[in-house]
Amino acid sequence: MFVGYFTERPYQDPNSGYFGATGRSIMDLGMSNAAYDPRLGAELYHRYLDEKVYAEEMGFDGLMLNEHHSTPFCMGQVVNVEAAILARITKRAKIVILGNVLPIWDDPLWLAEELAEIDMISRGRLVSGWVRGTGRESVAHNATPPFNWERFQEAHDFIIKAWTQPGPFRWEGEHYHYRYVNPWSRPYQTPHPPIWIPGVMSRNTVEWAAQHRYPYVMLATELEPTKESFDYYDKVARDTGYESGTQHRGYLFKVHVDETDEKAHEVARKFVDGPSNPFLEGNQGDIRPFIQNLPGLTSRTALLPTVNAFAVAASRGRVSPGAAVGSNISEVPKADKDEAFQQQIDKMSIIAGTPKTVLPKIKHVLETLRPGTIFFWDGDGAMDHDDAMRSLRLMGSDVIPAVREMAKSLDLKGPFEIDPATNKPVEGQNEPR
Amino acid sequence: MANSEFRDEHVRLATGSIHLLRCGVGPPLVFLHHSIGSPGWLPMYATLAESCDVIVPDLPGYAGSERPNWAREPRDLAIILAHLFDALGLNDVTLVGAGFGGYVAAELAVVNASRLARLVLIGAAGLKPEQGEIMDQMLTSHTAYAHAGFRDQEYFARIYGEDVHADVKQLWDFSREMSARVTWKPYMFSRRLAPLLANLRLPSLILWGSEDQIVPLECAQLYAQALANSRVEIIAGAGHCVEMEEPARVAALIAAFAFGQTVGGS
Repeated sequence: MFVGYFTERPYQDPNSGYFGATGRSIMDLGMSNAAYDPRLGAELYHRYLDEKVYAEEMGFDGLMLNEHHSTPFCMGQVVNVEAAILARITKRAKIVILGNVLPIWDDPLWLAEELAEIDMISRGRLVSGWVRGTGRESVAHNATPPFNWERFQEAHDFIIKAWTQPGPFRWEGEHYHYRYVNPWSRPYQTPHPPIWIPGVMSRNTVEWAAQHRYPYVMLATELEPTKESFDYYDKVARDTGYESGTQHRGYLFKVHVDETDEKAHEVARKFVDGPSNPFLEGNQGDIRPFIQNLPGLTSRTALLPTVNAFAVAASRGRVSPGAAVGSNISEVPKADKDEAFQQQIDKMSIIAGTPKTVLPKIKHVLETLRPGTIFFWDGDGAMDHDDAMRSLRLMGSDVIPAVREMAKSLDLKGPFEIDPATNKPVEGQNEPR
Repeated sequence: MANSEFRDEHVRLATGSIHLLRCGVGPPLVFLHHSIGSPGWLPMYATLAESCDVIVPDLPGYAGSERPNWAREPRDLAIILAHLFDALGLNDVTLVGAGFGGYVAAELAVVNASRLARLVLIGAAGLKPEQGEIMDQMLTSHTAYAHAGFRDQEYFARIYGEDVHADVKQLWDFSREMSARVTWKPYMFSRRLAPLLANLRLPSLILWGSEDQIVPLECAQLYAQALANSRVEIIAGAGHCVEMEEPARVAALIAAFAFGQTVGGS
């Protein structure tokens, strides 16, 4: 079992008017960066990096990072910068980028070079994930949405070649063209850093990941549709000619641990109290469907079962939450957030409590989905540094060791135990603790 | 409105089948639609069909015309349409384009003017405004964008009804995808168009609604500067889709310009 830690690194500005229990929700791509305070940004970047270092100390196997653009809910604007810093200041944990937004890179050679440097500086601890990005990523870096999937695939093929085939070579593709590919940096790991694919709903992506034998990490989707998506992965794997296993399944879910159940619930409530985040159920803000669902960004017939779940559907712009288009911010009644929070507790979209009370719920997730990789999503929304650190400490002392025992009894092996590319035990590599 | 029976035809090209509507006899007039797709046989076409052979193709990749997956810019669509003119044996064409269709028409004129007799541009995209900006449909809903093409709801409803039919919304959605494929960036203009327009001596009429919210009125003057043999007609009070708002008036202006005739009866 591979156990990782994730937070979306929200830009938390208590003076903003859109943050905290009495804050207003944000309209997607409706917030000017005139409100951005780089001094606050500096403090937050330091905080989030410190928490990652502490997560490593507490025994997490992986530190997960992601990237979004033009939005306060995620400060990972250039995920490779954070990954590069972690490469130098951590010692053992994998640096799991889930992921770089491939289609928005006009020069994927530069990306291949950056990631190779990160892999070397970390001495082989990089896990390199790829995503297609949401509408806001395509808008921000102005990548033509109808070519998103083509560019994703071509950039992937190109980077793998740049990492694995001695240069120089030439690349004359559909979307990318190079006359001299010979990067003077190569990944530390052979043949290249492991590739994991995170996602929520694109059937194309699940199919593609299964065909490439890349582990697929479902991002905070509800249990039943997640299971259906894993089943689809298994089917594609069989069609491709191999049996997929726990090493191919990853799952990110919200967990907050605290000293008492009351305290845990009080703090977990802050998941829905930060700046609006289309991926945080209960505080998704005003989503403009036409931006999330840009023309041609996703195939209109290729949707996974998870899209039926409201949170994902809304975050991807498939349904309109009834936002008043034209206004920048709107009031979200506190009662609605309370209800949204309680619903998530009830259906285990948020698991909160003491180590003793969260463990049976985590066990239920593991039994239901049988993932070889999990990520705890915590320290988000309006949670402060102390909230994050208390939870990390308790996860380290009482949760992770128990989860490893559960994984052993359920035979949930991660991708550093069983190689997803071959289904053979990974040799010459210390098993994660 | 004149009553006319239009025909529904498909023309096979190696680059994909082109769907078109056609009616009337006489010299050919080809109309190129807006980026949101052709909503069908419009009143202006019927009026014009009294004096000419009106041909309204779906642009390649829109509605009933097959998508050329390789197309990357409006000039690619213009070249396909030039081949369509070859296939149909059209000569002395009066080429009319509205909005994005005007952009494609201007591109067609520069790639092959030999089959054209004259050019009519209505609220045409294609040139970068110096002061304002061309409205970005990608950052608004297709419904809001379609409304923005009209001066008000009443004029919009004359074409699309009070409650827009689901098929029309699907057409808008579908059309945006093709528009994104060829105009995502730069959005709705080409810096390689105006220099080539300067070589043309084609008689050209530039029509614009004074209240156009999509393509700024200043672009009418930019086209007039680029096209040596042109004149500008501003329709006071009209929006971007001026040919849908004022079909009789626009048909009359085109017929007078193209054929020296009056149309539309009394």
